[in-house]
Amino acid sequence: MESVVKGSGMNRDLVRKMALAAAGFALAAGGLAGTAYAQRDPAYEAARESGKVGEKMDGYLGIVGASTPELQRMVNDINIKRRAVYAQKAQTANATLEEYALTAGCIAIARTEPGEKYQAPDGSWQTRTSAPPQRDSRCPA
Amino acid sequence: MTSAELTARRAAARTLPMQGNATAPKRVIRSLPLMVAGLVTLAGCISVEAPDKPIVIELNINIRQEVIYRLAEDAGNTIEENAEIF
Repeated sequence: MESVVKGSGMNRDLVRKMALAAAGFALAAGGLAGTAYAQRDPAYEAARESGKVGEKMDGYLGIVGASTPELQRMVNDINIKRRAVYAQKAQTANATLEEYALTAGCIAIARTEPGEKYQAPDGSWQTRTSAPPQRDSRCPA
Repeated sequence: MTSAELTARRAAARTLPMQGNATAPKRVIRSLPLMVAGLVTLAGCISVEAPDKPIVIELNINIRQEVIYRLAEDAGNTIEENAEIF
């Protein structure tokens, strides 16, 4: 008798959980369909276009030329956010933060637009052209 | 010191180090092996000198290509999902 009651209780709980999950999925799907992903801050976009900041090999943003407190603050802010994302995703993917960050760096460099700066395997800053960027030999195609 | 000679034959009480003819020389000889052992131990120590150049550890060197390949798709999605910081 007790087990039956317990079982029905668990079933009810499961149903409630599934309903909640379904609602969550619906919301998420609606969000994805409704609005595109958040875009870059205009100041960040401008700094990328003008080559003041570039994508480093390690998956973080770097200051290419002279640094200003304002630029440094913006880069730090973005890198802290990136690091938090990397840490969370790395844990889910059962990888280390450095592994995940380096992989993201490979892809971020590959996705730079012509005119933007990126760090070559020798550590130098390069300007992206229409040609493929110089990347670490371990980077995926 | 009382003499026990009258009642029973017993050896005279030992002279303590601080009394009369102390047996100090004997003690030195006894502790000599210990001192030698200590010296040998000291001589056997391996001396490790710190390098004068800073130790640079390249963290990325340990990351293998197969790991990067495994994470590539996931990392690509992450960049898209967080477009405002990439």
